[in-house]
Amino acid sequence: MTMSKTGILKSSLSKKYVMAFTGLFLCIFLVGHLIGNVQLFSTGPEGQAAFNSYAEFMTSNPLIKLMSYLTYASVLFHVVDGFVLTIKNRKARPVNYVVEKGNLNSSWASRNMALLGTILLVFIVTHMQHFWWTMHFGDIIMVDGVKDLHTVVMDFFNPTVNRLAAVMTGLYVFAMISMGFHLNHGFQSAFQSLGLNHPKYTPMIQFVGKAFSVIVPAGFASLPIYLFLIQS
Amino acid sequence: MNITLKVWRQKGPSSVGAMETHQMTEVSGDMSFLEMMDVLNDRLVREGKEPFAFDHDCREGICGTCSMFINGEAHGPGRNVTTCQLHMRSFKDGETIHVEPWRSAAFPIIKDLTVDRSSFDRIIQAGGYVSVNTSGATQDANSIPIPKHDADEAFDSATCIGCGACVATCKNSSAMLFVSAKVSQLSLLPQGKAESNERVLRMVDQMDLEGFGNCTNTGACEVECPKGISLTNIARMNREFLSSNLTSK
Ligand code: HEM
Ligand code: SF4
Ligand code: FES
Repeated sequence: MTMSKTGILKSSLSKKYVMAFTGLFLCIFLVGHLIGNVQLFSTGPEGQAAFNSYAEFMTSNPLIKLMSYLTYASVLFHVVDGFVLTIKNRKARPVNYVVEKGNLNSSWASRNMALLGTILLVFIVTHMQHFWWTMHFGDIIMVDGVKDLHTVVMDFFNPTVNRLAAVMTGLYVFAMISMGFHLNHGFQSAFQSLGLNHPKYTPMIQFVGKAFSVIVPAGFASLPIYLFLIQS
Repeated sequence: MNITLKVWRQKGPSSVGAMETHQMTEVSGDMSFLEMMDVLNDRLVREGKEPFAFDHDCREGICGTCSMFINGEAHGPGRNVTTCQLHMRSFKDGETIHVEPWRSAAFPIIKDLTVDRSSFDRIIQAGGYVSVNTSGATQDANSIPIPKHDADEAFDSATCIGCGACVATCKNSSAMLFVSAKVSQLSLLPQGKAESNERVLRMVDQMDLEGFGNCTNTGACEVECPKGISLTNIARMNREFLSSNLTSK
């Protein structure tokens, strides 16, 4: 039997499997992250204690550590692979059409995954700088023997403490809307890339994908809005 | 009706092209798009000018050669039609119509609106066949039982006419719809199943070598395909490619 001449890893289809696997893994990560964030709606001292010990657990548990390394790897592969694919796709049409009406045959999100992804990348980097970096390496106050990440988050979206709180809340919401569009196409697209298309299940996957792309980003965006409003 | 035409003019493969404007008067709504182009070319020839080169053959939607990108869409505004099946009544009086060739690195322009689609032929040569003797002593096809549903699905895939509209319309110039239709029409039937593992690997390899882009599942191809070839073919090929790679020795 012939092996694929270009090799499985170099083939265009394999690059798509990588996109799909890493993308779906990141969707699972989002659910986990959102469950953590929801606890921040409890802004009082009990909420503070509960969230800080949760954050402590998340940075020390070995199983969670493994998951976090898988998440970093997924982001890395997803981003690099996404850029490689996008560059190849641009090269496949050296001269553009004078008139092109993509909106008549496809969704805006499906045609702008790289743009939406780039917005997400900028968000991920700055987001990690604000919270992940502070948690791991920044000067952070200890309360009851654990790092007080709760107060870091509260203050970040508090206009009386952070004068950029309004801008940050706005940018956060913008990034979540971008994520919504990325997932609106991406979730169901990943199943198609993996060859999982079936008349019985595909409508279900599409429905779940649309719901996921609204509920998850809305869940994330609601927290900074809430914190900003109650602290204004 | 009166129409303003803007048509792509390009001398040869390496020349720089540009849109050229022509006024069309007394265009009948019952004309096909190609007939309207014939009228334009006839006039250009009589004026001693160069007619526009464009591909066409059957003029009844079965050969797949007519390849025009009209007003931003492959084969123009109609659904499930080729350019030869598109009628001028699909346009409004006084409308400006842009006519361009298929644009893809894998479909180099030969002249004006004609492109070289031999990359599709090479993909078929790489594996889009069944290795049986056709000496005349072949078994009667009807002696192999095939479920009606499979036969119908294979037939649907086989209606692909290799026009390249899927590539032309795809923002990535991906040939996935064409290749997956050709993979499916064979692998869905027992006669083609025997070689399905090798076939998908070879055809995907050739597709990559030809410089087509990668599928982003926008679904534009399915909408613009004159034969309504379904995206389920692409999923089937993704599946077959993965399992063939994992099981090949
Ligand atoms: C929260 C983070 C992210 C999640 C959950 C996510 C999820 C997904 C999913 C599920 C897909 C569909 C895969 C497929 O069609 O097979 C996808 C595609 C894509 N993603 Fe992301 N993504 C994320 C971040 C990013 C980032 C940071 C970038 C890049 C800078 C990016 C760039 C892309 C591109 C270019 C595609 C389209 C690739 C293609 O279909 O060829 N994504 N993403
Ligand atoms: S899949 Fe449709 S659009 Fe593509 S070559 Fe076949 S008939 Fe033409
Ligand atoms: S000329 Fe044959 S399909 Fe249009």
